[in-house]
Order: sequence, then C-alpha cells, then structure tokens
Amino acid sequence: MTLFLQQLVNGLALGGIYCLAAVGLTLVFGVLGFPNLAHGAIFMLGGYVTYSLLVDGGLPYVVAILCAALILAVIGVVFERLIFHPLRKAPHTHHMIATVGVMFFLIAVVQEIWGTGFLRMDSPFAGRLTVVGAQISWQRIIIIVIAMVVLTALTWFLKKSVHGQAIEAVEQDRTGATLVGINPSVVSMVTFAVSFALVAISAGLVAPIQLLSPAMGESLNLIVFAIIILGGLGSLPGAIIGGFVIAIAEVMASTYISVAAGEAAVFVVLMGVLAVRPTGLFGTVEQR
Amino acid sequence: MMEKINPRLLGVALIVIALVAAPLVLNGQPYLIRVVTTATIYAIAAYGMNIILGLTGQLSLAHGAFFGVGAYVVGLLTTDYDWSFWGSFLLAIVITTVLGYASGLIALRTQGAYFAIFTMALGFLIFIVITRWESVTHAHSGVSGVKFPENIGPIDFTQPTTMYYFVLLILGGAAYTTHALLRSNAGRSLVAIRTSEDLAKSIGVNVAVSKQLAFTASAGTAGLAGGLFASLTGFIGPDSAAIDVTFEFLLFLLIGGMGTVMGPIIGSLLVAFLFEALQDLQSYRFIVLGPIIVLLVIFAPKGIVGYLNDLIPSHRGRRRAARRPETSDDETPEARKTNEEVR
Repeated sequence: MTLFLQQLVNGLALGGIYCLAAVGLTLVFGVLGFPNLAHGAIFMLGGYVTYSLLVDGGLPYVVAILCAALILAVIGVVFERLIFHPLRKAPHTHHMIATVGVMFFLIAVVQEIWGTGFLRMDSPFAGRLTVVGAQISWQRIIIIVIAMVVLTALTWFLKKSVHGQAIEAVEQDRTGATLVGINPSVVSMVTFAVSFALVAISAGLVAPIQLLSPAMGESLNLIVFAIIILGGLGSLPGAIIGGFVIAIAEVMASTYISVAAGEAAVFVVLMGVLAVRPTGLFGTVEQR
Repeated sequence: MMEKINPRLLGVALIVIALVAAPLVLNGQPYLIRVVTTATIYAIAAYGMNIILGLTGQLSLAHGAFFGVGAYVVGLLTTDYDWSFWGSFLLAIVITTVLGYASGLIALRTQGAYFAIFTMALGFLIFIVITRWESVTHAHSGVSGVKFPENIGPIDFTQPTTMYYFVLLILGGAAYTTHALLRSNAGRSLVAIRTSEDLAKSIGVNVAVSKQLAFTASAGTAGLAGGLFASLTGFIGPDSAAIDVTFEFLLFLLIGGMGTVMGPIIGSLLVAFLFEALQDLQSYRFIVLGPIIVLLVIFAPKGIVGYLNDLIPSHRGRRRAARRPETSDDETPEARKTNEEVR
C-alpha cells in the first residue's frame, strides 16, 4: 500500500510533466494540422536553457523556469515565422519533413553547446515528506502543484482571453474564423509561443529528477504522441487525461512488472489504439 | 524542324557513363571507390523510400529501421550462424518484405500525420528491440566481421571494383523499376493517391491495395540495401537502424527530387560528396544539414531533378505541345501538372 501510494504520486508528477508537453503538441496540431516531430527536441532545449539559467545564471528555480519558458516562446515565434509560415500552403508532408530537420538541428546545437554527456541539476527543494510511510520528495509535489497551476492558467487563457478564444476558433473552423476577422497568422504565432513555453516548463520541472542529455527528447517525443493520439489529436481534455493515464500506466508497469515493461507500455498503447482506431480514441479531426 | 538530341536522355546517359566509368577514374583509390559504393547502396534505399514517399506521398519514418533489419539479418546470419552471404541476403529481403507487409496492414489503416507517427513509433520499437535483445543482436557492441559475398565462378567480390559493379547493377534495376512503374497503371495509381486519396478512390483506384504494395516493396528495398551495407562495411551497430538513417534517406530524396526516376541517385551521390567534404566538421554536420533540409522543403521541394524536369520538357511533352499548342478540353491544368510530374 505504501509502495502503491508512493508510486501513485510519482505517476501523478510524471503525468503533470507529460500533460504540459502533450497539451503544447496538441495545440499546434489542432491549429496547424501537422504533428511537430521536433517537440521532443524543443523539450530537451527547454531543459538545457533552464539548466544554464539556474546553474550558470544563478537565478532562483521558479524564475529560471519562467525565463526559459519566455525564451522558448520567442524561439517558437521565430520558427513559426521562418519555417512554418512560408510552408502554410505546402502539403503536410513538407511540414513534417521540416520538423525533422529542426529536430536534428536542435540536437546538434545542444551537443555543440552543452556537450554530449549527461548533466545533473539538483532540486532546490531537497528533502522528503513522509505520508503514511510513503516517501514523497518535495520536487514531485512542486511538479504536481506547478503543473496544476499552469494547466489552470492555460484553460483560463484559452476560454477567457481573446488570443485563447481565437486559437479555439481556428482549431474548430479555420475558414469560419478568418471570416469573422481572426488573423490565422497571428494565431499560429501565439500557438507556437504557448506550445514551446509549455514544453519548456515541463522540461524545467523534470530536469531535477532526471538527468539532462541530448537524447532525452527522443523517448518523450513518442510518449507525447502516444498521449495525444490516445486523447484524440487536437483535443485538450484528451491530452490531459491521456497524459495521466500513460504516466500512471508507465510507472505502475515498471514498478510491478519490469522497467522494460514500463517503457514498452507506451508503444503497446500507441500501436494498439492506432490498430483499432486509426484516428485515435476520441479523434474527430478530419485528416487534411 | 531538325530533331535535336533530347537533353533529358543526354543527362541520364551522362550519369550512367559517369557511374560505370567511376572505378576507372578512381583506380588505385579503394577508399574513394568505397565511398561511391556506399552512396550507391544508400541510393538503392532511397529508391525504396521514393516509392512510398515520392510516389504515394506517405511519410514513412520507419525506413531506417527496415534498412537496419536487413543489415542485421545479413550481419548476424553470416557471423553467428555461418550462413553464406547469398543465402542470408535473400532471407534479409524476404524478412524485411514480410515485415513491411505485416506492419503495412496496420500502419496503412492510418493516414497522413497518424501514419508518420505510427511509423516513427514502429521504427523506434525496432531500434529498441535491437539495442535490448542482447543475446541475439549483441546490443551496443554490434556485429563485426560480416562476410563479403562469396565468389561466383571467377567473380571476386572482395575486389572493391567488383562489389561496386554488383551494387551498381542493383541500383540500375531499382532505377529502371521506378521508370517502368511511373509508366504503368500501378505507378499512376500511386501518384493519383499522392494527389488526392479521395479522388483516386473515386476514379476506381484500389487505394488500400496500392498503398500496401508500395509500402511492402519499399520496405523490402530498404532491407535489401541494408543487407548490402552490412556486407560492404563489415560492421554494423544499432546506429544503422536509428531514425537518423531515415533522415538521411529523406535528405537524399529532397535534394535529388521526390517521385522522380533519377532523383535518388543524384541526391545520394551529392550528399556523399558533401559528407566527405564536411568530414572535418563531423559534429557540426547536422547543424548544417538540419537547416539545409528546412530550406529545401521551403524553397526547392522538387529537388534538382524536379527543377531540371521543369526546365527541359520531355520528348513526349514536346511532341504533344507541337500537336496541341493550347490546353485542350480533356486535360485540365491540374491533370496536366500531374502528368508532368509523372514524367
């Protein structure tokens, strides 16, 4: 029971990280209609930027994460302007190929700047909390709390703010949104900025409990794709529920079966779902 | 009017002559012959990718993994199980073809983005199996001492030149198959699917069967190239099945021209020389190549051959243009565009 409780908290913390990453990915898919295959690489970049701000820049942890999110948001806008805006009329295959190019570029850049080895970032919130015998580290509690705060803020942003509502409108009907005076080009930029900021926050949160490496984005990439397919591409609640389901499945499978089973659980879920429902569990978005 | 030499045919002839004569020029430089042979093997794999991506328009990210499976079948059978190269080479083709068929049954139920994500997961899964299944694949230590093809009569494949011509012969087969395919109904069905899947369905193309055949053939071709690669290099590790390999095939296709007959050859050879020139930059390689990919996709999605094809009207095209100077009623601009691409 103690082990279960402890692993449940671990699963929730991991789920928070997956959610933030997956929500960003699903927003870009919903608005622009293609999967950003470089999402894992952006996640990795976010982790390294946070590391530099914290360790080299000496900023407080939360400030470092926020600054990293801001920097990544700017990078997101730059990418949208330089790469995806010129491609807006091209077939989606071209978008995907471009994102593969971005992925390799970012991995190579990170290797050049920070080296190929593992980097370690200590949690500023050391120590543990003991709840009915279960050892829960403060870092995991921080992750869960920040993830909740950010997801709530995001929901507020999407439902209440003008830019957020514009994003939802373009997701639902691009032509209709344009007709009522929404500029899809601005919406694309905002979407990229939000998506990159979210994945940077998730990377900053996970960095103290995992090691940083240039390859850290690769496995995350597949996990977030599994999540958004499980939740239905472009669906926000789907991404949140999917994030927690996959994370808890992964943690439980590696606790009670084996580490390899935890890793494989994600692929089994992904391929299983696609084999049964080629457009995802709740997928209603028509392929364009 | 005097009939001029068809510039397109001339270009193809020049490439063929250059490829056939390459060992004579490079004689005494086995290293360079090896570089060209490797590029030629990659070109064969690029032809595989060309069928599914170039013709059918489906982005498969599992291709590097199929290449790796082909390489591992030849590598493991010729070393651990002491098979002959030829037997294991044939088995490599059969296994990757069957693997392509089986995964195509599931993968091709999905479309567009889902297909790309599915094949990416499939490729990663194959990569994981290779790195984790230590008792069979030796995981990270890889497979060394892969055999060269055994002599056939007096033909000695340990000679770099002989191996090169053997690989070149297969490449010629791949290029010719693409050429023939583009002129057959099957090939035109694939291009119709690329243009619009719904449209293709409505004019009676059996989309499911066409895509399944294209994916199976392209997986088998990648596996074949992988088998050759293992034999040529003598050593293979998990890296030969990584997504980086898929990315390189993509690069060859983009530079040469997706969906064209000569594109994969031109792309692979150019990139091979580019890699040789960038040798000193080893770790910077992807810093340069990533942006090149993005720039190509934005500014030159047709690749070199695509642009040359636009510049030089084909022989048939010119004859038809002479016969019908204006756009005729039965050929809409869109249909004409598709026809041009097919050539």
